[in-house]
Amino acid sequence: MKITFDWLQDHLKTNFKEKNLLEQLTNIGLEVESVESLFAENELFKIAKIVKTEKHPNADRLKVCDVNVGERELKKVVCGASNAKEGLITIYAPPGATIPKTKTKLVTAKIRGVTSHGMLCSESELNLSDEGDGITELSSKYEKKIGKSFFSKSKSNLIDLSITPNRPDCLGIRGIARDLAASGFGKLLELKEKKIQSKIKQTLKVKINKEKNQGCSTFGSCLITNVKNTESPKWLKNKLISVGQKPISAIVDITNYVMLDINRPLHAYDADKIEKGIIVRNSNSGEEFIALDNKNYKLEKGMCVISDYKGVLGLGGIIGGTRSGTELNTKNILLESAYFEPSSVRNTAKKLNLDTDAKFRFERGIDPLSIEDGLHKAALLIKEICGGEISKIDIQKVGTHKIKVIKFDTNLFESISGYKISVSEMIKILENLGFKCKKEKKYLKLTVPTWRPDISQEIDIVEELVRISGYDKIKITNPIKERNKSTLNKSQKLFHFLQRAVASKGYLEAITWSFTDANYNMHFQGENKNIEIINPISSDLGVLRNSIFSNLIMHMSKNLDRGFKDLSIFEIGPVFTGKNPGEQNTVVCGLSSGKKSRLSWIEKEREVDVFDIKRDVVQTLVEAGYNYDEFFVDNDTPNYYHPGKSGRLFLNKNESQAAAFFGEIHPNILKKIDIKTESLLGFEIFLDNLKISNKNLKNQKIKFNVSDFQKSERDFAFTVNKDVKAQDLVNAISSTNKNLISNIKVFDVYEGQNIPENQKSIAISVTIQSNEKTLNENDLENINNLIIKAVENKTGAKIRS
Amino acid sequence: MSDLKKIKDEFLLKLNENLNFNEINEIKSKLFGKNGLISSQFKKISSINEEERKKFASDLNIIKDELLELIDTKINRIKNSEINEKLEKEKIDVTLPERSFVRGKIHPVSQTIDEISSIFSEIGFSVEEGPDVENEYNNFTALNTPDNHPARDMHDTFYLDKKKEKLLRTHTSPVQIRTMLKDKPPFKIIAPGRTYRSDSDQTHSPMFHQVEGLHIDKNINMGHLKGCLNYFIKEFFEVNKIKMRFRPSHFPFTEPSAEVDIGYEMKDGKIVIGEGNQWLEILGCGMVHPNVLKNVKVDPSKFQGYAFGIGIDRLAMLKYGIHDLRAFFDCDFRWLNHFGFDPLDVPTNYRGLSR
Repeated sequence: MKITFDWLQDHLKTNFKEKNLLEQLTNIGLEVESVESLFAENELFKIAKIVKTEKHPNADRLKVCDVNVGERELKKVVCGASNAKEGLITIYAPPGATIPKTKTKLVTAKIRGVTSHGMLCSESELNLSDEGDGITELSSKYEKKIGKSFFSKSKSNLIDLSITPNRPDCLGIRGIARDLAASGFGKLLELKEKKIQSKIKQTLKVKINKEKNQGCSTFGSCLITNVKNTESPKWLKNKLISVGQKPISAIVDITNYVMLDINRPLHAYDADKIEKGIIVRNSNSGEEFIALDNKNYKLEKGMCVISDYKGVLGLGGIIGGTRSGTELNTKNILLESAYFEPSSVRNTAKKLNLDTDAKFRFERGIDPLSIEDGLHKAALLIKEICGGEISKIDIQKVGTHKIKVIKFDTNLFESISGYKISVSEMIKILENLGFKCKKEKKYLKLTVPTWRPDISQEIDIVEELVRISGYDKIKITNPIKERNKSTLNKSQKLFHFLQRAVASKGYLEAITWSFTDANYNMHFQGENKNIEIINPISSDLGVLRNSIFSNLIMHMSKNLDRGFKDLSIFEIGPVFTGKNPGEQNTVVCGLSSGKKSRLSWIEKEREVDVFDIKRDVVQTLVEAGYNYDEFFVDNDTPNYYHPGKSGRLFLNKNESQAAAFFGEIHPNILKKIDIKTESLLGFEIFLDNLKISNKNLKNQKIKFNVSDFQKSERDFAFTVNKDVKAQDLVNAISSTNKNLISNIKVFDVYEGQNIPENQKSIAISVTIQSNEKTLNENDLENINNLIIKAVENKTGAKIRS
Repeated sequence: MSDLKKIKDEFLLKLNENLNFNEINEIKSKLFGKNGLISSQFKKISSINEEERKKFASDLNIIKDELLELIDTKINRIKNSEINEKLEKEKIDVTLPERSFVRGKIHPVSQTIDEISSIFSEIGFSVEEGPDVENEYNNFTALNTPDNHPARDMHDTFYLDKKKEKLLRTHTSPVQIRTMLKDKPPFKIIAPGRTYRSDSDQTHSPMFHQVEGLHIDKNINMGHLKGCLNYFIKEFFEVNKIKMRFRPSHFPFTEPSAEVDIGYEMKDGKIVIGEGNQWLEILGCGMVHPNVLKNVKVDPSKFQGYAFGIGIDRLAMLKYGIHDLRAFFDCDFRWLNHFGFDPLDVPTNYRGLSR
C-alpha cells in the first residue's frame, strides 16, 4: 500500500513530522517497507526550449536539437518526435534521470553516430497522460521558467507500507489515518461528504440471482448520463502520480482515487454497451469473456459474474471486461459498488490465476457499509469533472451483514500482555478505532466496526489494545535456568554424534536440497518410485530425493570441474520413500574421490579404495558405540554400487536391515553423468536402522577385566576357494573358544604362484590368552588344532603346511 | 718392582699417543691377555716371598686399575665419536612436509543449530522434530490458516499432489501441532529443521532452515516471550547488551503477533550486533492463538503461551559474516572449508558456543 503524508492529511490533523510518522506506522504494525523520494528523482526534469533543429546526418526521421536548459551551454539532444521544432518549450531529461513510465535510467549515448545528451520527453513517458505522439508542448507561460524543474516541489515522499492480510481497512488512506489517530498521532478528521441529491430513477435493471454460493450479497449502482470523459484535472493526476499510479482518464482515475482513499473498489461500465440489464449470477461451465487485461478467460461453473442478457461482462470483485469498458467517448456510465464474498473472489482468482487490485481488496474483506459512501463520492466527482446527470442509487441485496458483538473480559488483557492499562484507556483506544463500547461489570460489550473483518473474538481485542498502547510497554520477564527434561533424545544424540564422527574422518559437511533432478535421482532410487513435486522451482528440481547421492554427486562433479581432485564430502539428512508425512529416513551419505597421498614426497600415492571407505564407516559405527565383533558384512548392495567392490554392513548377523552400504559407485553411472575422477567411493549409514541403546554411558562401561597371563600369537595360513570370505574364517576361529581367543587379524591374502587356480591363501594371526593361567604348550596345541579343524570344517579351507 | 714401574711408564706413554680402536685393543691384550704383561705379573704373585708379596700385589692392582681405566676411557671416547659421526650422517631436513592429513568440517547451519540447541537447553527447552513432508492440515489449517485465507499467499508452497493435501512444510510450525497432539501441556520445545518455499532468487532459497519455539503453560505471557528472546539473542551473538524492538505484525497462528528487530551498525564493512541505530528483522513470534490450542485439544482458558520462528540460515549469516544465502547449499569445496567448523568445536554451555 503506497501512501504520502500529504494524502494522509486529507484525513488526519497532526502536528508531527514525516519522520515521526514513519516510526509510528511501524509501531502500530503498519510496517514501512520503503520510503522513496519522488521529488529528488523528478527534480531532474527541466523545462527547456528548443533553440535549433537539424536533420540527423544518418537518419531521416531523427533530428538533432540544440536545447536551452537554462545553462550557459546548449545541450545537443537527438529526438525522433515530429513536433520537435525551433522555439518549442518542452521537458528535458538529463542523463541520470529515470523515465517514470519505463523506469529506465538515461545515459549519454550515441544515436546513429551522434551523441545525445539526454532526452526530450512525451507526456506519456512522464506518466502525465497517454499522449505518446510527440514530445510535450508547454505554453508560452513557461518561457520564464526555462531551466526550472518541471515538477512542483511540494510532493511528499512515497511511503510503501506492507499491510498484513488481516487489515483490509488499511488498504485505504482513511483506515491508516484512523489507526494513527487512535495511537495518539493526531485527530481523525470528520468527513462532511456531500450526497447525491437526485430525483432521476436508476433505469438499468440490476438483479442478483438467488442461488447457492452466490458470491455477491449486495450490488449498489447509479447511472450517470451525458458525461464527457476527459483527462483528469491536475490535482487528481498529481494525487495518483504521488502514489505511483498512472492517470488514465477522469472516470477511471476517480474510481481509483476513491478506492485508494477509502478502500472502496468501484467499477464503471459504459451503460450503452450493457444489453437490457445487469444480472449477477454464477457462471456456467465454458463461458468465456475478454477481460480488461485483454486476455480471454474460460470460466468454470459457479464463478460469480456480472453479466447482461448477452453474456459475461466481468468477474465480480476481480476484473471487468472489454465489452462494457469505459472509453474517452463514453457518454453514459453505470457505476457499480458491491460486496463480494472474500472466499468466492479468492477461489475464482486462484482458479484463473488472476491477480488484480480489486481482488486483493475483496478477498481480504471490504466494508459492506461503504457501498453508498463510495457511490456518493465517486458520482459527485464524475459530475464535477465530466458533467452529466446522476440517478438515484439503486441497491440490490440478497443477504444481510451481521453486526459483530464481542463480550470482552478486561482481565484477559493483562493475562496475555503481562502489563496493565485502565479500562478507561481501553475504551478510549477502542472507540478511536471505531468500536462502540458499553461497560458491563467486568466486561466490555463491544460492537465491531464493519471495516474490521479480522476481529471476531476476545484475543483480537487484546491484540488491538497491545498494538495501540505500544509493544514497548511489555516488560521483560527473564527466563529461569531450569531443565526438567533432557534436551536431546537418544536418536537426536546419535544424529549429532554421527555427524561429527564422519566429519572427523576428513569429510566436509554439505547441506543440499531435499529435492533433486529426476535424471540424477533415477540412478540412485533403487526400488523407489519418483516422488514428484507438482509445482517445482524448475524441471531439474522436480522430485524429492530417494537418495542423497544424486545431489552429492552433482556437487562433487562441480567441484571436480573447479580443479579439485581429492575430495570427501558428506551430508546427513532426509531421503524420501513416499509422499506421505513420515515416509522418510535419515541417512548419512558420504563420497570420496581421487587419491590418497597425491604428490607426496614420502608416501606412495594410490587411489581411494573400498577399504578406505569401509574404515570410515566401521570406525564411525564403532565410535558411536556399536560392537565391532558382531558386525557382519556381505556384498549384496543396491545397483548403484560396483557389484564386486561394495559391501553391506549389519550390526550383527541377526539384523534384517543393513546399517550401512559402502563401495565404489557403479562405473556405468559415472559414465552416464560424465563425472571425471580417478575414483569415486561412497557410503550410506541408515540412522533408522541403527539400534538405539537404552543404556547410559555409565551403564555401558562393564567391569574392567584384563589378563596379565602370558599371551601367545599363532599364525595360520589357509588355502581356500576364492569365493569364501575372510569373515567366514574369522568367525570360524572366534567360535572355537571365545574365552581364550582375544584377537584375530587377517594379515595376508595371496593368489597366484604355488596356489591352485580358484583358490587363495589367507594368513591369520590369532592371539591366545587365558584369564586364569599361563597356557602351556599342550593347551596351545589343543587350541591350534581346534582352530584348524573349525576353519577346515566350516569353510572348506586347508591349512598350508 | 722396577718391572712394574717400567711397564706402567711405558704403556702410559704409549696410551697417550693418538691411537685407533684396534691399536688400543692390541695394547689391551698385550697387557691383560692370557699371557699379557700384567696378567703374567699376577701369576708371579704366588712365587714372591711373603714379606714382599703384599706390597707387590697392591702395587700391581693399582697399576692394573690405572691402565685399565685409561684404556676403557679411550675406547669409550672412540665409540662415542663413531656414533656421533654416524648420527651426523643420518641428519634429515625436518622442514619437509609431514605425512598428509585431511580435515573435515561441520556446515555452518549444523553448527548454528547446535549453538541454538545449547542455548535453549539451558532454559529448559527440549528438541522436537517433524517430517519434511506435511499434510495441509498440520501446515495450515490447524495453524488457523484455513484454505481460503489470504495468509496462505505469504507462503509459496511446494505441493506433492494435485489436491494440495501433501506438501513440503513451509515452516517448522507444524511441529507445534504434532507435539501438542502427542503430549499434554506444559510444552517447552524448540524444533529446528528444513523448510521449503517455492521462491528462488538472490536472497531466497527454495529450501532453508527454521527453528520453532513453543512454550505453553499456565500464565505464560508476552513478558516471558520478550525475556526468552532477549536471552537467546544475547547468548547467540555472544554480546552483553542487545537492542531489541518488538513490532506488531500478523501471523494467523499467533495473536498478538510481533516481528522482532535487533539493532546493528556497520563497522569496517562488518555487521556489529547490539549497537547502532539500524534495525534488522530476525524473527516472528506471538502468543499462540486460542484457535490453534483448541485444534490440538488444549484448553485456552487454562493454558496459554508463546511461539516463535527464527531463520537459522540468516542467524548464521549474521553471526559469521556470510553474505550469500545461496552459497549455503551450493556445496563449493572452498566455501565449506572456509565457513565450516572443526568437528571438535562442539558448542557447549561450559566452554562457550564458539572459540
